[in-house]
Amino acid sequence: MDNREVLVDIKNLRTFFYTEDGVVPAVDGIDLTIHRGEVVGLVGESGCGKSVTALSIMRLIPNPPGKIIGGEIFFHGQDLLKKSEEEMRMIRGDKISMIFQEPMTSLNPVYTIGDQISEAITLHQRIDGAEAKKRTIEMIHLVGIPEPERRFSQYPHEMSGGMRQRVMIAMALSSNPELLISDEATTALDVTIQAQILDLMRGLQKKLGMAILIITHNLAVVAEMAETISIAYAGKIVESASAKETFKSPRHPYTYGLLQSIPKFTEKKTNEPLPAIEGMVPSPYHMPKGCRFNPRCPFATEKCREEEPEILELTPGHLVRCFYPIES
Amino acid sequence: MAEKVIEAKKKGQKKSSEDYTYVGMVFHRLTRHKLAMVGAFMLIFILLFVFVGPLVWRANPNEQIEGLGGMFNVPSRAHPMGTDDYGRDVLARMFFGGRISLFIGFISAITSTLIGALVGLVAGYYGGWADDLLMRFTDAMLSIPVFPLLIALASVFGKGVWQIILVIVIFGWMVDARLVRGLVLSLKEQEYVEAAHAIGASANRIMWRHLFPNTLAVLIVSTTIGIGGAIIYEASISFLGFGVQAPFASWGNMLQNAQQFIWNSPRLIIYPGLAIFMTVLGFNFFGDGLRDAIDPKLKL
Repeated sequence: MDNREVLVDIKNLRTFFYTEDGVVPAVDGIDLTIHRGEVVGLVGESGCGKSVTALSIMRLIPNPPGKIIGGEIFFHGQDLLKKSEEEMRMIRGDKISMIFQEPMTSLNPVYTIGDQISEAITLHQRIDGAEAKKRTIEMIHLVGIPEPERRFSQYPHEMSGGMRQRVMIAMALSSNPELLISDEATTALDVTIQAQILDLMRGLQKKLGMAILIITHNLAVVAEMAETISIAYAGKIVESASAKETFKSPRHPYTYGLLQSIPKFTEKKTNEPLPAIEGMVPSPYHMPKGCRFNPRCPFATEKCREEEPEILELTPGHLVRCFYPIES
Repeated sequence: MAEKVIEAKKKGQKKSSEDYTYVGMVFHRLTRHKLAMVGAFMLIFILLFVFVGPLVWRANPNEQIEGLGGMFNVPSRAHPMGTDDYGRDVLARMFFGGRISLFIGFISAITSTLIGALVGLVAGYYGGWADDLLMRFTDAMLSIPVFPLLIALASVFGKGVWQIILVIVIFGWMVDARLVRGLVLSLKEQEYVEAAHAIGASANRIMWRHLFPNTLAVLIVSTTIGIGGAIIYEASISFLGFGVQAPFASWGNMLQNAQQFIWNSPRLIIYPGLAIFMTVLGFNFFGDGLRDAIDPKLKL
């Protein structure tokens, strides 16, 4: 249905962490497709494997204790998991970039903003110092930081959280990546700054045309940004569809529960409590048998407790991992 | 009047850190650090004493005045600090001994800090068996009683300035290694290290460009204190008779030499002792201020 070229194709990715208390299947069979220039949202609760998926794409899983034990991550048709560390280094920051959650600590305190953006540029492009400085100032300007020349020689501690996140974006975009991974990039910011950063990312996406993988637990963020949304639960994708479909007719009970738990302004004032999904995320050491959502699912049957459902394409482009999807 | 005050305040504020280059900022902040300035003046005094002194007072430090009358002279116009047991001019010996002591202090402290930093960085960054190997070796080195081995080494390597430096470095790097390893263990979990990985930086680059500068604040203090320590080490080695050999002077062997005459001529101990004391204290004060000044996060 999407006739753009496939940029990233993740197939049955499995990343486990081997801790002293046992094996944590942080990512246990995630499938994800990102087309060229597409904005994809990966949504889920804490511990569902979103960030681990991102780090797996970058091949930055700390080993030990983490290890990618199976699956494939195709980038331009080439499996990133088969690449050497040296080859990955050429890709990181050049073809695939990443911005992190914590803007206050993601910049090295002993270097100026300019130094750090220049480093990202000179690591991948053969240009001299003056050229790199020029390009750095362009990038600072591009991400909407006023007075780029002055900011160039400032230290991270002289900037606010929002400004630092802009710097991180400038670093990430300095080599014109084809994929930008944003791992909870706006979570640590306050709401007005969040909106500004999202605006900036959307504007830059239109201008530069890179694909973005937005990882968040915040449905409002993906609603605003993403074309396609994948919902992850306990290390697996449970539902994947266009943003419109996801919000209009969620088919998986978990997605449905998530959407129900968002307060709505349009509803009449009632004293009813906000609906919430019962129960807790399962402990990674003791995953439930059958469908991983079954202990919390209002529609679970005996079958759900015994067998694990496969992910199925119900309507074109709408995939659901459930025996009894909610009727649209 | 009030406007003038506000104006003045504005002017004062205008000199924020961004008006300076990094070196300029460090210098500016150092000049405002009282203890560092006290230390700096002590060090400048010592350096002037050692390097400019001989230009003013041109006595030969190794020349002996013959005869009983030349020994143990009290300070006079001919010998401002008197003469020692061989009838040599103490002031001239203080100059040249100081040069040797400072040289040994500088070279050995900086070298051992660099070696320690290298060991600590590799151990902390790579972890695993590299860490175990390097740190157990460090522990082993730390648990060796220094002085007996020092004497043994001195007799193996021979006696001389470079030999002393070698011995001090061999026993001087461990504390820095542990210090840096500990720092790196916490620093490598910082998000900017992950961010550096994410822009495609290599392990070497992350170690030397991203982690090392963040340990500098601690290392500079440790080096400056180390210079003081090395001067004392040199004094101890010389005191035991394995250091800089006669007729050449170092503050350490002047002390050693003077111990026999401690009751008759206490000044022979007081001069070099005071010089070592001032140098070590000066370096410690200055190092403390320098650490505060080079940290861009710290507002002074």
